[in-house]
Amino acid sequence: MRTPYRLSVAGLAVLALVTAAGCAAKSSPSSSSSGYDWSKATSAGSGGGLNALVAAAKKEGTLNVIALPNNWANYGTIIKDFGAKYGIKVNSIAPSDSSAQEVTQIQQQKGTSLAADVLDVGGSVATASTGLFAPYQVATWSSIPAGLKEPSGLYVGDYGGYMSVGYDSAKFGTITSLTQLLGSKFKNAVALNGNPTQANAALNGVMMASLAAGGSAGDIAPGVNFFHRLKAAGNFNATQATPTTIKAGTTPVVFNWDYLNTASVVGQPASTWKVFVPAGATLGGFYYQAVNKGAPHPAAARLWEEFLFSQTAVGGQNLWLVGGARPSEQIAMTSNGSINKSAAAALPPVAGTPTFMTQSQATAAATYLAANWPKAIS
Amino acid sequence: MAAATAAEAGAPRVSAARRPPLAWVGTVPFLAYTGVFLLLPTGIVIWNAFKANTGSWTLANISALNTGPVRSAFKGSLELCVISSLIGAIFGAILAYAVASGSPDGMIRRLYLAGSGVLAQFGGVTLAFAFLAAIGPAGFLIHASWYSNFPLGIGLIYCYFQIPLMVLVFLPAIDGLRIQWREAAESLGGSTWHYWRYVGGPLLAPAFSGATLLLFANALSAFATIQAWEDQINYVVPQSIGASFISEVGLANAHQGDALALGMIVMVVIVMTGYVLLQRRAARWQR
Repeated sequence: MRTPYRLSVAGLAVLALVTAAGCAAKSSPSSSSSGYDWSKATSAGSGGGLNALVAAAKKEGTLNVIALPNNWANYGTIIKDFGAKYGIKVNSIAPSDSSAQEVTQIQQQKGTSLAADVLDVGGSVATASTGLFAPYQVATWSSIPAGLKEPSGLYVGDYGGYMSVGYDSAKFGTITSLTQLLGSKFKNAVALNGNPTQANAALNGVMMASLAAGGSAGDIAPGVNFFHRLKAAGNFNATQATPTTIKAGTTPVVFNWDYLNTASVVGQPASTWKVFVPAGATLGGFYYQAVNKGAPHPAAARLWEEFLFSQTAVGGQNLWLVGGARPSEQIAMTSNGSINKSAAAALPPVAGTPTFMTQSQATAAATYLAANWPKAIS
Repeated sequence: MAAATAAEAGAPRVSAARRPPLAWVGTVPFLAYTGVFLLLPTGIVIWNAFKANTGSWTLANISALNTGPVRSAFKGSLELCVISSLIGAIFGAILAYAVASGSPDGMIRRLYLAGSGVLAQFGGVTLAFAFLAAIGPAGFLIHASWYSNFPLGIGLIYCYFQIPLMVLVFLPAIDGLRIQWREAAESLGGSTWHYWRYVGGPLLAPAFSGATLLLFANALSAFATIQAWEDQINYVVPQSIGASFISEVGLANAHQGDALALGMIVMVVIVMTGYVLLQRRAARWQR
């Protein structure tokens, strides 16, 4: 999901493929107690309802998830709670992988028991990889806004947030606009969560700067120009911001999704670590759930989706909310009263109509960045 | 010389006659290992470099190597490897000589060897972070203005593991220098310069160039250190390869990564060829 450090040269990737092909046990095609093949189920109803799904998933006993860092949108708790509730062992594979690596993993481990059952990917990767996904509609399907789901359920928006700026107010006082960051007291202070030609969160950081500088979702150039000025002022820090770099004080101003920028996630005291969304630059972004078409645990994969989209107090939607992310069913849950009100009230306030990039706008932004980003910041 | 060659040529035949018929079995683990972990991956990389995402054959990945960002990544890799391997080799050799001239069982030697063994393995995110915290923009020692300069800043960080590695690989060669040779040179009226120019230098040259090559390859394949040092520009080829696999904004192209890896293989082949030629020249008198 995020930009990792871990990937090595192509040889190593190939090596992994070779060794995995040699070592991974071939799993037998799963079939549940009732004989129903859950890999074909497009909803819990088509396999006999939620109870049948739970029974089949328990029988499988295991679920492989991938690229879910524990401190990302409360995933640590979500994984623990799911495992405890259903008695299913959750293998959390490569927590710091990127969306692109998630897709590579299910291709390379295809047909083995090691393949990830479910994915949590960015929009670009989701739309480009639908051939690898199984359509599945959760019980709360109608609560998910139409703009956030592929009509058949190949991928479904799960949670999202707004781009934000987190900063150490003990060092800089109150910041309210991005142009302040060009000032001399921000020497080497401003960092992104990754490289915008690689990481979704970083690309959106540049896009937020573009919106704040008068650009639009279709035009990221003003954002690149902002970072060029930031670099020229000596204020851009080329290190990827992580809770570790924030703790060490090397990246005291961070552009990131608001749910990754909260004081508790970055491990800073709430009294000094402040988060703001720049005026006129409310940029939203969602991640998407998808079920691996060849999932080694097809029932557990679908039960995981039901859990993530459940509106109960201890279901995935409210757990994401507690982690500072905005669940995709938030509007429906606010009106039906199932939302965790204190967690919803704790979200950073946003003003104005949020902007969401379309897929073609995101692609155009990435293409522009590939050609212009290295020049702008060197 | 001629007699020695004849004896050598004769030797294999004698031992071949005595060798048990299944002696080749002993080489199987080695050949299987290099086959699976070296030849096969190399073959797959080369194969995939000529494939398109659709599965058909293409030269597009190769021609994409001749673009600005890729050229600058190869240039950056070359610069960084040459600088860090030369600095590492020279300072490592001096340090190794200093260690070797001490007592062979002394505390200092053991301390240096143990320290070098640890530091030569100290790389990756931990190393980059140590430098970031010490001399980076908010460093607690100083803020070195050249910290984020390529290749100077990252070259210095690389030297942190290159120099100890040089000490480890070069020390045995220096230990091989006998004190008697120096005495012989001196008793024949040679100065220190003469000794190094005609005895010590030529003896150590093959080992020195071999160790430098090892340092070069070590720097070439390093990825995590430079990635943690600087995340925004792909200065070296391994970073470009990483980007071609992990980009989640729609710019990933694994086959492009394979083509880049092929470029690195070609680079290593060129350096190796140069090394073999140099080695032949340096070791000529030893044969």
